[in-house]
Amino acid sequence: MSLSRRGFLKLSAAMAGAGAIGATVGCQGDGAKADAKRVVVIGGGFGGATAAKYVKLFDPSVEVTMIDGQASHTTCPFSNLVIGGLKEIDEITHDFTALEKHGVNVVKGWVTGIDAEGRVVTLEDGRTYEYDRLVVSPGIDFNYDAIEGYSEEVADTKMPHAWQAGEQTLLLRKQLEEMEDGGRFIMVAPPNPFRCPPGPYERVSLVANYFRENKPNSTILVLDPKANFSKEGLFREGWEADYGGMIEWIGPDFGGGVDKVDADRMVVTAGGTEYDGDVINVIPPQKAGWIAHEAGLVDDSGWCPINTGTYESTMHAGVHVVGDACIGSPLPKSGFAANSQAKNCAAAIVAMFHNENPPEPSWVNTCYSLIAPDYGISVAAVYRVEDGKTVSVEGAGGVSPLGGKNAEKEAGYAHDWYASITEDIWGS
Amino acid sequence: MSQNREAAIGRRLSTASLAAIGLGLMLAAGMSQAESDTERMEMSTGSIIGATCMGCHGFQGQGSGDIPRLAGVAKEATAGKLLEYKSGALEGTVMNRIAKGYTDDEIQAVAEFFAKQ
Repeated sequence: MSLSRRGFLKLSAAMAGAGAIGATVGCQGDGAKADAKRVVVIGGGFGGATAAKYVKLFDPSVEVTMIDGQASHTTCPFSNLVIGGLKEIDEITHDFTALEKHGVNVVKGWVTGIDAEGRVVTLEDGRTYEYDRLVVSPGIDFNYDAIEGYSEEVADTKMPHAWQAGEQTLLLRKQLEEMEDGGRFIMVAPPNPFRCPPGPYERVSLVANYFRENKPNSTILVLDPKANFSKEGLFREGWEADYGGMIEWIGPDFGGGVDKVDADRMVVTAGGTEYDGDVINVIPPQKAGWIAHEAGLVDDSGWCPINTGTYESTMHAGVHVVGDACIGSPLPKSGFAANSQAKNCAAAIVAMFHNENPPEPSWVNTCYSLIAPDYGISVAAVYRVEDGKTVSVEGAGGVSPLGGKNAEKEAGYAHDWYASITEDIWGS
Repeated sequence: MSQNREAAIGRRLSTASLAAIGLGLMLAAGMSQAESDTERMEMSTGSIIGATCMGCHGFQGQGSGDIPRLAGVAKEATAGKLLEYKSGALEGTVMNRIAKGYTDDEIQAVAEFFAKQ
């Protein structure tokens, strides 16, 4: 389609006007056209794309513009399957065509500024977008400085984090493929809070699966600054059952906290001890994505404080933050949670446009992890607001039972879940 | 509403509709469907909870692989199953853990929402 931007905007306005008039015949009539509300969404990932689509679903008269630096989104969920050789990167990459079909104006570009007072977003190339409500879903950024010797350049060349999917995922995969049998894979696990709590341990599992089948003399070392981790009992049971002694985990009591890396020597220093690895995956401490910092949406924690349910920033009115970047606790920083948050946020925004009270929010998180291709585990929780706070509903949620009785079924559900949630966000 | 006013809106509508048709064609159709008022997603207890179910059960509850379809399933059937998961009468994998998070009224509301999809 070759349609100039100016022409597109003109037509968009006419279109939105049509929707608005259609919806208000018999009550207001005049004036609706000029009143079309505008929502701008920054980020086309789990949080952003969901927010864009669901604002449009809840009220098609709202003009929704979604801005992302890429033409598609490669998901972190299931990127461990690419690293483990079970999926191709194309299978976890989703374009924004379906969002356009839902009436979302998709813009490719990097946002460099948010004027929260003037309600304008500016792109690197100078384009500007005005909004009535802004949704920021920028994901994560890294505190490279927290580990001596680590940097973005080291991540891009020798020690990938692979904690944002795409080139990083492929680099880690390539390094594992090139590693000789008998080599050592080291994972430097991140401190809390971080994106996808079970993710590092699923990654270790699927690398172990790859080694077992292709490089059986290889070993895995996990250096962890945390005393315990998500679904730990289940992961440990699975590692023992499937991978014997291949995986060694060192926690903080035994010096698991890494303070230094040497990319030239391929060495990691933790608790005063040097460990050399053939492939080293450093997942650094994290913070909200860059634009959230630039726009003054973060507090001292490096993450974005928000109001319960509406996700409106407590730092700037009219700006909502969803997904990993927001302080959404007790919801974890997961793709599922971002999807759930964004739907509540979208409903709240539409309600505000109609001068109604936002509906009572409700959230779910369900995270599947694969220990092996036929061995799945899950953690789930239901959340609601009680006394103005988001709480995990007592008596609900929890992890899969030990003993692996549902492991095969849950491995299947993991794939079905991925198909469903990606369809919900970027499909249909 | 006076007749004149009604007629005026009618005229504006037809102009707007023409623009809509033009845009729809240029954007390879599809867009105008979501724009119609009948497609608007309701905002209710059922839809807010239902939207979270779609994280596994797919957009509008279409289902995927072994995860069952909820769209268009009779309210009694969905509510009945959820209540059994909640009480433990029916053993699932993740659904027992999730169903326990809702009141019986919420279960009825979400079942009704999916029945209408």
